[in-house]
Amino acid sequence: MRRAVLIVVAIILAAGIYEVGRRSSAHSKLGVPSAVVHSLAPDFSLQDLNGQPLALANYRGKVVLLDFWATWCAPCRDEIPHFVALQNEYREQGLQVIGISMDDGPKPVREFYQQFKMNYPVALGTEKLAEAYGGVLELPITFLIGRDGQVAAKYVGEVQMPVLEQEIKSLFPAK
Amino acid sequence: MKSLVRFCFVVAVLGLSTASQMQAQSASDLAPGSTHLINPEDLVKILQSPKGEKPLVLNVGPHLLYMQAHIPGSEYIGAGSDSQGIELLRRRVKPLPHKTFIVLYCGCCPWSHCPNVLPAYNELHKAGFSNVKVLYIADNFGADWVYKGYPTIKGQ
Repeated sequence: MRRAVLIVVAIILAAGIYEVGRRSSAHSKLGVPSAVVHSLAPDFSLQDLNGQPLALANYRGKVVLLDFWATWCAPCRDEIPHFVALQNEYREQGLQVIGISMDDGPKPVREFYQQFKMNYPVALGTEKLAEAYGGVLELPITFLIGRDGQVAAKYVGEVQMPVLEQEIKSLFPAK
Repeated sequence: MKSLVRFCFVVAVLGLSTASQMQAQSASDLAPGSTHLINPEDLVKILQSPKGEKPLVLNVGPHLLYMQAHIPGSEYIGAGSDSQGIELLRRRVKPLPHKTFIVLYCGCCPWSHCPNVLPAYNELHKAGFSNVKVLYIADNFGADWVYKGYPTIKGQ
């Protein structure tokens, strides 16, 4: 009987270790730049949650962090406070964070925006925009766009903040 | 009077206990490895086989994701986490026999974070459907279906 219990416990432990390993390896695989596309970021012209025009072209000359996210996406929600902090920290140096929500309607996004005190423009995404950026079938997806409008990095999955911050700094003009 | 109060209390406790047991049962139905789940490769085989019963495949996830890519032949219902989505699901299955083979899927998020499949599954369970499977999507529809090369189409 005791042996049977030990075997069951060992199986549960092994399964737990396997699952943790699977998740952490998936995270490290997804949390680093998965594609660095040195091509012009597709322009878009949308309305933000306040009805104000939001066009990528208006941010040429700034470093743009373009975040595809949704309120129902747990890792996306985890990233938002970091993006708010980055926007505060690097606003003067020319960082602009833009959020593109993949929610089906504005209501939960507006509530989330207020709750998390988001300090950057957010618009609802469209199928056309998602397609222009290579399809948004997994979230979050973060693009870093340089001052010249070229895509400097693409991160699929929850981004590792130190890596992202380093990349952002590298895109600012040298002092 | 005292005995009536005692009786009402017992009934209420039993009712709450049964409801929580049903909820727990539904959640365990969708634990990885459960027979109530179907893996992507198995669903592809069923859909592509010339023989056998074909399921009614219903998407209960976000519409914007469905519009970009979905399983051919599947129908968009609405997000299962939303009361409107559940109402649409209820209406869609109302005329169907309870033995109808139904596959629900979402794929918005990693399995344990999906807010949509469990409420939709619970609704069908509550309505008496006995042949319901949920497509097990470990990470998301992109990684576990689209980028594995399984068939998809875009649009409505």
